[in-house]
Amino acid sequence: MLSTRNVNKKFGSLVVADGISLSLPKGVRYALIGPNGAGKTTLINLITGMVAPDSGEILLGDENITALKPHQRVRKGLARTFQINTLFPHLTALESVTLAVLEREGHAHNWWRALPSFSTATDEAVAVLTSLNLKQHISKETRELAYGQQRLLEIALALATRPRVLLLDEPAAGVPKGESAELFAAVEGLSSELTVLFIEHDMDVVFRFASRILVMVGGRILVEGTPQEIARDERVREVYLGAAHAA
Amino acid sequence: MLTSAVGVLFDGFAYGMLLFLLSVGLSVTLGMMNFVNLAHCSFAMVGGYATVTLVNRFGWPFLATLPMAFFAGAIISLVLERTLFKRLYRATDLDQCLLTIGIVFISIAAFAWFYTTEQQSARPPEWLRQSIPVGNLNLAGYRLFLIVFGLAVTFLLFFFIEKTRFGAQVRAAVDNQRMARGLGIDVDRAFMLTFALGGGLAGLGGALAIEVVGLDPTFALAYLVYVLIVVAVGGLGSIGGSFAAAVVLGISDMAGKYYFPWLGAFLIYLVMVALLMWRPLGLFGKR
Amino acid sequence: MANARRFEVAFWLCTLLPFVLAPSYLSLASQIAITALFALSLDLILGYAGIVSLGHAAFFGVGAYAAGLIAKNYWSEPLSALLVSGFAAGVLGYALSHIIVRFRHLALIMLTMGFGLLLHEAFNSASAITGGADGLQGFRVPDVLGFKFDMFGRTAYAYSLAVLFVCFLICRRIIHSPFGLALRGIRENATRMPAIGAPSLSHLRKAYTIAALMAGVAGALLTQTTSTVSLDVLSFGRSADVLVILILGGAGRLYGGLIGAVIYMVARDQFSGMNPQYWYFWIGLLLVAVVMFLPNGILGGLSALDKKRQ
Repeated sequence: MLSTRNVNKKFGSLVVADGISLSLPKGVRYALIGPNGAGKTTLINLITGMVAPDSGEILLGDENITALKPHQRVRKGLARTFQINTLFPHLTALESVTLAVLEREGHAHNWWRALPSFSTATDEAVAVLTSLNLKQHISKETRELAYGQQRLLEIALALATRPRVLLLDEPAAGVPKGESAELFAAVEGLSSELTVLFIEHDMDVVFRFASRILVMVGGRILVEGTPQEIARDERVREVYLGAAHAA
Repeated sequence: MLTSAVGVLFDGFAYGMLLFLLSVGLSVTLGMMNFVNLAHCSFAMVGGYATVTLVNRFGWPFLATLPMAFFAGAIISLVLERTLFKRLYRATDLDQCLLTIGIVFISIAAFAWFYTTEQQSARPPEWLRQSIPVGNLNLAGYRLFLIVFGLAVTFLLFFFIEKTRFGAQVRAAVDNQRMARGLGIDVDRAFMLTFALGGGLAGLGGALAIEVVGLDPTFALAYLVYVLIVVAVGGLGSIGGSFAAAVVLGISDMAGKYYFPWLGAFLIYLVMVALLMWRPLGLFGKR
Repeated sequence: MANARRFEVAFWLCTLLPFVLAPSYLSLASQIAITALFALSLDLILGYAGIVSLGHAAFFGVGAYAAGLIAKNYWSEPLSALLVSGFAAGVLGYALSHIIVRFRHLALIMLTMGFGLLLHEAFNSASAITGGADGLQGFRVPDVLGFKFDMFGRTAYAYSLAVLFVCFLICRRIIHSPFGLALRGIRENATRMPAIGAPSLSHLRKAYTIAALMAGVAGALLTQTTSTVSLDVLSFGRSADVLVILILGGAGRLYGGLIGAVIYMVARDQFSGMNPQYWYFWIGLLLVAVVMFLPNGILGGLSALDKKRQ
C-alpha cells in the first residue's frame, strides 16, 4: 500500500535517511522503533511531503506521490499525526474534525453557505469523535481538553480524512501508561483495511499491537520482521542494549 | 562618467556604513530573540538628539559627543527592554509590531515637544569636513570619516563576536536559543547586553547621520524602512549580512538618486521586494 | 446567543441615529462608515486568516483612484463605478496574493509594507494619469440611484452605510461558512492544515483577494462621497491607522473594526485642533496600553469581562 524506494536525505553532513526502501502491505499494523535521533519522525516527514527527499520515490498504492504536495497526499489517502499536539487551540473538537471532513469533501472553499447546513459533515465528525470516546467533549475548545483527550483528537483529525495509510508519530507520547492502553485499543479498533505505521518507544505496546516491526538506526532500516523475530535479533539487542549485551 | 561613478560608489559606501550602524543591532537582536523591534530607529534618534544638545547647548566638540550618543542609545534601549519588551518575547509578531510602533509614535511626539519639528544640526569639526582631493575627485572628508569609522566598528564587532567568550554566547543564542540555555548560557543576560549594544550603535549612527541626512523627529519612522530593508535583506542575526545589505542599499540608493531621480524611492522598494521573494530569509539568513 | 443578536440589532439601529441626532456630523459619519468598511476588510485577512499586513492601503488607494478616474473620464454613475473599482482592487489583490501567501513573520510584514510603498511611489510618479502629489480633482459624482449628493451629507452617509451593511453581511456569511472555518484553522495552526488535506495557500489567496476587493470598495466610496482623490489614500500612514483601528476594536470579532473606527474617528475629530504629533503621542500610548493590557482589543476585553461574570 505504501512503499518507498531508496529515499535519501541529508541536512548538511547529517544523513537522516540512508537508502530507505520499505513496503507496507494493506491492513498491516507496523511499529517503527529505534533509538532517539534515528530519523523516525524525519521519515514520516519525508513520506508525507513536509520534507523533500534528496533522491528516491514514495508510492501510495501504485501511484508515485513523490512530486505531490503534502495536502495532495492527504487527499490520496495518506494521513499522519504529530508527536507534539498540533491542534487548533480555539476551535472545538467538533469544529476541528468537521473542518477535516469538509476539506476532504472539497466543501471548504464554500463561502456562501452556513456551516450548520453541512449536517452530513458534522454527523460524520461526531461519529469519528464517538469512535474515539470523545463524544462528551465535542463542544469543548481544544485547549480545554485534557492532554490524553488531545492525543485522541490528533488521531480523530487524521481519521476524518478517511486515509488508506495512517502514520502515527508516538501517539501515546506523554500519556500515562494506564491511558495509553485505551488509546491503542482505539487504534486497534480501526478498520482492518487501514495500513497503520506507528512510532513507539514502549516495547509492551509495540509487541501487543504491531504485527510487524521496522527497526531504524542512524537513518537506515536495520531490520524488519515479526515481533518474535525482532526480539531474538542480535543486531537489535546490540543497538538497544549495547554490544556487551548482544551475546 | 567614471569619476561620477566612483563618486556615487564612494558616497554610497559611506551611506551604507551609516545604514550598517543603524541596522546591525536590530539584525542581531531579531536573530537572537525574534523580537520585532520597530522602535530601533527611535534609539538612533535619542543618540542624535543627545549629540545635538551637547554640541549646541553645552558646547561640546562633536567627536566627544559620540560616546555619549552611544550611551544614550544603549541606556534607553536597556530601559525599554527591561520594562516593556521582555514581557513580549513570546507574543505574536503583530503584538510586538504594535507595541514598538506605539513607542515610535511616542518618541516622535516627545522629541517634537522638546525640540520642535525643526531640522537640527550638530557640525563636526572643520578639519573633518574638508574635501580631500583624490585624482579627479574631491572626496568629502566627512564621508571618508564615516567609511573609516564604519569599517573600524565592523572590525571590532567581528572581533567581539568571533573571539570573545561573550560573543560566542551571543552566537550560540542566535543559532539555537533552547540549546544555548541548556548549555547553561544566561540567554536573557546575553540578550539584554546585546540589545543595549545594538541600541548604542543605533544611537551612534543617529549622531553620525546628522551631518549627512539631518535630524528631526520623523527620523524614527523615515529611516525605519531602510533599516528594515537592510535587516530583512541581509538576514536576521548576521553581521556580515547586514554589512553587505547596507552597502548594497546605500550604493543603490545613491545610484538611483543620481542616475534615475525620477524613479524616487521606487527602485529601493523594488529591489527589496525582489530580493525578499528570492530569499525570504535574507541573503545570509539562518532561519 | 440571543444577547448577541440583540446587541447586533441595537448596533445597526444606532447607525441610523446620526440622521436624527447629529445631522451636522453626517459627513463625519460617512467617513466613519468608510473607515469601518476598510477595517472590516483588514479583519478578514488579519483577524481571521492571520496575515499581518502593513500595506493594506494599497487596495484602498487603487479603489479610490479607479473610482476617481472613472468619474473624471468615463461615466458618473456611482454604483457601477464602485463595482468596477472594487474589481480592480481585487485583481491587484489576487495578483499580489500569489506572492504574499508564501511568506510569514518578518518577510511577510516587509513585503506587505514594500508593496504599499511601491504603489505609493508609482502613483506619485505617474502624475500624468494620477495627478501625482496633487491627486485627482475636478470631477463630481452628482447622485446615486437618483438621490442627489447634498451639502449636508445625507445621501453620502446613507450610501456609505448601505454599502458597509451589504459588505458586512457578506463578511458574516463568509465567517460562518466552511471557508471561514478553514481560515480560522489556518490562523489557529497553519502546520496542521495541510495535514488534513487543506490547500492553505489557495484559501489564503482567496481571502486576500476578497479583502482587497472590499478595501477597494471602501476607497471608491471615499472618492465618490468627497469628489477628490489625494495621494495619501495609498500612504503607509493609512495602512498603519487602519491597523491601529482594528486592533483597538479587537481583531477576529467581526465588529472590532467597526467599533474601532467609531472610537478612533470620533476621537480624532474631537481633538482635530491638536497638533498632529501630539495626536500620535496618544495613539502611541494607546497602542502600548492595548498591547500590554487589552491584547484582544475592546471587544476582547468586553467578552473577557462577560466570561468573568458568568
